[in-house]
Amino acid sequence: MSADQRAGGPATPHVAHKRRPAPTAEELRARIPGWGADLDPADRPSFPRLVWQDGRSGAHWDYPAEQPGGQRRERSVEHAQLTPVFGTAQPLHGVSGAVRRLAYSRYSEGRLAHWLLLMAGDRVDAWGAHARSVLSGRPDQPLTETGVVGEVTHHGLASRRRGNRTDARHHLLDPLVVAGPWVAAAAGAVLGVRALVRTARS
Amino acid sequence: MKAMAYRGPYKVRVEEKARPRIEHPNDAVIRVTLAAICGSDLHLYHGLMPDTRIGHTFGHEFIGVVDEVGSSVQNLTVGDRVMVPFNIYCGTCWFCSRGLSSNCHNVNPNATAVGGIYGYSHTTGGYDGGQSQFVRVPFADVGPSKIPDWMSDEDAVLLTDMTATGYFGAQLADVVEGDTVVVLGAGPVGLVAARSAWLMGAGRVIVVDHLDERLERARTWALAETLNFTHVDDVVLEMKKQTDFLGADSVIDCVGAEADGNLTQHLTGAKLKLQGGSPVALNWAIDGVRKGGTVSVIGAYGPVPNAVKFGDAMNKGLTLRMNQAPVKRQWPRLFEHVKAGHLRPSELVTHRFPLEHIAEAYHVFSSKLDGCIKPLVIPDAA
Repeated sequence: MSADQRAGGPATPHVAHKRRPAPTAEELRARIPGWGADLDPADRPSFPRLVWQDGRSGAHWDYPAEQPGGQRRERSVEHAQLTPVFGTAQPLHGVSGAVRRLAYSRYSEGRLAHWLLLMAGDRVDAWGAHARSVLSGRPDQPLTETGVVGEVTHHGLASRRRGNRTDARHHLLDPLVVAGPWVAAAAGAVLGVRALVRTARS
Repeated sequence: MKAMAYRGPYKVRVEEKARPRIEHPNDAVIRVTLAAICGSDLHLYHGLMPDTRIGHTFGHEFIGVVDEVGSSVQNLTVGDRVMVPFNIYCGTCWFCSRGLSSNCHNVNPNATAVGGIYGYSHTTGGYDGGQSQFVRVPFADVGPSKIPDWMSDEDAVLLTDMTATGYFGAQLADVVEGDTVVVLGAGPVGLVAARSAWLMGAGRVIVVDHLDERLERARTWALAETLNFTHVDDVVLEMKKQTDFLGADSVIDCVGAEADGNLTQHLTGAKLKLQGGSPVALNWAIDGVRKGGTVSVIGAYGPVPNAVKFGDAMNKGLTLRMNQAPVKRQWPRLFEHVKAGHLRPSELVTHRFPLEHIAEAYHVFSSKLDGCIKPLVIPDAA
């Protein structure tokens, strides 16, 4: 630091007190509605952290009744038992279900394999869903499902040009993330068909 | 019924689904009257959260009217107007009994590291969410509360996560009178955290972002100083300069997994998913806070490892505090603040979309088009 910069004396960390003290409580109360309403740390809702809750939040059980239908429900191996309540939104199915079941049954949450298998299951699930949508006669519609119409209805170009958005640097990647697998699958299909045709002709 | 459905990264649509049913004696089925899209929903939308299954309905910020109750429900009746915290919890497990309701052990069989959350993948329990006409609400006697008559729907829905989480983040920052608090991220949660830091006695509040319209809200709504990190070469150095080279007393990370500001971290974390998200904001927090200071983390990250500067955190003697917010625990005090006008979350709503336009809503919010800060979803707009 130059002598000019130190003209007012040493910077705060080199001395015992802040050289620019905070505004007074009176100044802050006048400027900020509600300033200091929760000033006392002991009187904040989440203090202290671990404390016995006598109110029990309306629960009227020591251990909840168990939700039926959990015989095949996947669970983390770090759970000693199936939880008494669980979601049933999208049960495991097919190849993606097998991959996910392996992740849950074989690896704890502390193992990277657990999460990588689940992410692999997600991709398999997505590919399977797209394939089924084609076969069902109601194929996925990338244009409507990506909501790209928002670029027109909500000033896409102007919004991206406004200010100095740092995320604009990678905006072009987003369509690649969405369309990339489709393009790769189409290219794979074309190459596969060509290979089959050549084999059949030879 | 109509419900938002995930179709793979960056793709969602409205589908016809079966109305949820009572699956447990303490379940309720809620007819959703208003929902919101949270910034953390974008992590699901972008495919960052493991075990996000095709067909999953997102949405953990919603209010509605009780449509059906299970046989053991005592505290709600059909027709009640209720707000539902994003946490699903039992109230009596080891963790709930000690106040950690966001870490309930009885609702999420898929993971022990996270509690139950509506519409947030099977990693948080496999419950469909509230961007829908109806939703199953487990432990109806524990989580939901009747909405006070004086409270608007828009304030109520934004108390189910956004406001409670921002307020909780300020508490985690251990603010004492006169502190300098830096808030990373001027999204809705960051704005609430900044406003809440004043309530806890901060002497200075500085909000960091790169979007001008959000920084403008930080100045006018959160009454904070602002720092646009694209206007400086080195944001950590700038934080030091602005605090007379001491560093902030506390820094609140309200950004999480999709942080920008470092292209390598963003690409490896948010786009290529080689990390549990991009830890740019977390690293800025660690480097920008003063020695012995507190870093509060309420931005959400995924479960796989991140490239975090932990050595700096250790060497600086930092306190790192974080959790999913236990929402209902915040409500009595937040109701007072809303009623007194200290916090008016509905003022942050910028967009309202009918459920039928859910794909457009996600795209606009994700791409931050049209100054979008907080979008609401109206299930029965027709």
